[in-house]
Amino acid sequence: MNKLISLSLFLLFCCISVDLNAGQIRVKAGQSIQRGVDRALPGDTVILESGHYPESGIVIRKSISLIGENYPVLDGQGKGNVILVAGKDILIEGLKIINTGKSNMEDSAGIKFFDSQDCIIRNNILEETFFGLHFSNSKRLTILGNTINATSEREFEVGNGIHLWKCSYSVIANNQVSGHRDGIYLEFVTDSQAKENRIERNMRYGLHFMFAHDNSYIRNTFRQNGAGVAVMYTKNVLMQENRFEENWGASSYGILLKDIADSKVIGNIFLKNTIGIYMEGSSRIDFEENTFQENGWALKLMASCDQNLFQANNFTNNTFDISTNGSVVLNTLTENYWDKYEGYDLDRDSLGDVPFRPINLYSVIVEKIPASVILWRSFMVNLLDKMEKILPTLTPEDMMDESPKMKPYDFS
Amino acid sequence: MFKLLKYALYDMVKSRFALIYTLFMVLVAISIYQVSDDLGKVSLSLMNIMIMIVPLISAVFATTHFFNNLEFIELMLAQPVKRIHVFLSQLLAVILMLSLALIVGFGLPMFVWGADSSLLTLLLVGVVLSAVFAGFAFLASVYTRDKAKAIGISLSLWIYFSLVYDGLVLYLIYSFADYPLEKTTLVLMMLNPVDLGRVLMLMQLDISALMGYTGAFFQQFFSEIFGVALAGGTLMLWVLLPSMLALLKFKKRDF
Repeated sequence: MNKLISLSLFLLFCCISVDLNAGQIRVKAGQSIQRGVDRALPGDTVILESGHYPESGIVIRKSISLIGENYPVLDGQGKGNVILVAGKDILIEGLKIINTGKSNMEDSAGIKFFDSQDCIIRNNILEETFFGLHFSNSKRLTILGNTINATSEREFEVGNGIHLWKCSYSVIANNQVSGHRDGIYLEFVTDSQAKENRIERNMRYGLHFMFAHDNSYIRNTFRQNGAGVAVMYTKNVLMQENRFEENWGASSYGILLKDIADSKVIGNIFLKNTIGIYMEGSSRIDFEENTFQENGWALKLMASCDQNLFQANNFTNNTFDISTNGSVVLNTLTENYWDKYEGYDLDRDSLGDVPFRPINLYSVIVEKIPASVILWRSFMVNLLDKMEKILPTLTPEDMMDESPKMKPYDFS
Repeated sequence: MFKLLKYALYDMVKSRFALIYTLFMVLVAISIYQVSDDLGKVSLSLMNIMIMIVPLISAVFATTHFFNNLEFIELMLAQPVKRIHVFLSQLLAVILMLSLALIVGFGLPMFVWGADSSLLTLLLVGVVLSAVFAGFAFLASVYTRDKAKAIGISLSLWIYFSLVYDGLVLYLIYSFADYPLEKTTLVLMMLNPVDLGRVLMLMQLDISALMGYTGAFFQQFFSEIFGVALAGGTLMLWVLLPSMLALLKFKKRDF
């Protein structure tokens, strides 16, 4: 019995020591990374020393860790993908990947994953990549703290920063993406989370998802993206405490919601967007505790939306609070704070006693004739608006907040 | 010329109107600052005053000033001084006083509670509008011999520029909604100093909304050096044109 125990202990030690020895394969500048990877056994760590590695199409198919020291530069020299991954339990950390090919035919990417599971991609820097990180048909990915930048003039000259297709149970956190087509692109991605990412100055959308159910987006910042954030054909989305800022342009939105259902948009900040939220064909979404500030239009709520609830939001300093395209109102607005509200509160319950109609006449006119925006804030237009407030004729009469809040909410 | 200007200014500062106007402006600014919680709202509220009240007061005050000082003007004309100097001293005195009242009245609260670029633009727009409407008032005054008539004309000009004109433009925009109207509306805005001032403010306050399609066109226009120069030049023209016309008439007028 004792023998058995000592034998098993011995075996255990062997295992551990093997595991320890299995640690490292070092690759120096000038050597081939692919050869280093080929030499490695599952569980090994391949360490790249700092330096310049002009290499592309590196294939990883086993469970190894590829770690860079002081950000070794992997230069794709404008040819295809730099790293291709298909496997389990793979860690890629601390690399600087530059100059992938620029091809829409094969979607060249900095790191491209196929059919992978439990992979971690951490603290990498990607510059001038066509697609940054590209994942398809994978599960349980952790994409953490990567910096992905591209400088390209036009939308079709660059791919997406972080691109997931048919993935699930993944986390995308603390990344910074700029200059790509879409910052984060998710299609058929479920049960995943995007957290605390900083997505700026991308050509098209900061965040773009379709058919991506049951995901949550928390504390991300989307700034100055070409057309803001656009999300479509999805249900069960949670968007919480994100910031949508300075998305300026004729078709630029804080968020564009198209056919989204059963979702929650809570505690977000919409600041200085041409359109804060544009909604079309969306149902059963709760908007709570959001701040709409200094937007051109805080909300464009199309008549095709129904059963949405806007409760306890702050609307301050927006040029127009809400505009719509029909007279049917199937949504509920209640207990929001509107800085344009001029009512009174006799019973002191901190809710106004007369309803507030957030659609003003001129926003309807501007909707029809954009050029007329130039007359906004003129005395004539103020007069027209006042008249309309007293006797609504052009604006939908039912679009109103029955109990507007007298003082702004403090969400901080 | 400077002596004349000095006396005209001295005279005006002594009158109670300057003081009351300044106090009124200070009170308005203070109350707005107290009520509104952020600078954006302050400039919004002040803008309505600037666009409506300032031209009105400027027009009425300049007209009454001209007629109240008619005897002094006639006396001066009997002296060996140039007519142009007499005229300019009166006009400049009015403009200086109105601007000073504005700058002190709005500037003091701004100095105390802070200001941003939109408030400074607003101040500038206010000064220019005061000058424009003082010019209009003098024009109305030199063409008539009756004080009431002159005030009537100044007031009609004020109503036209701040109310009727926008109505006409809106009607025009509505009627020709099917055509591209960006350039047309831009030209139309140039033809009205009040609108021009308002648009300059819009560029500061409603930048997000203006970034829509046509708005982007306006924004681009006004953010280019050329656009700003054109807008500034046109405003200058609006200051100069009425006063020049008034001066021409003043030179020939038989007092």
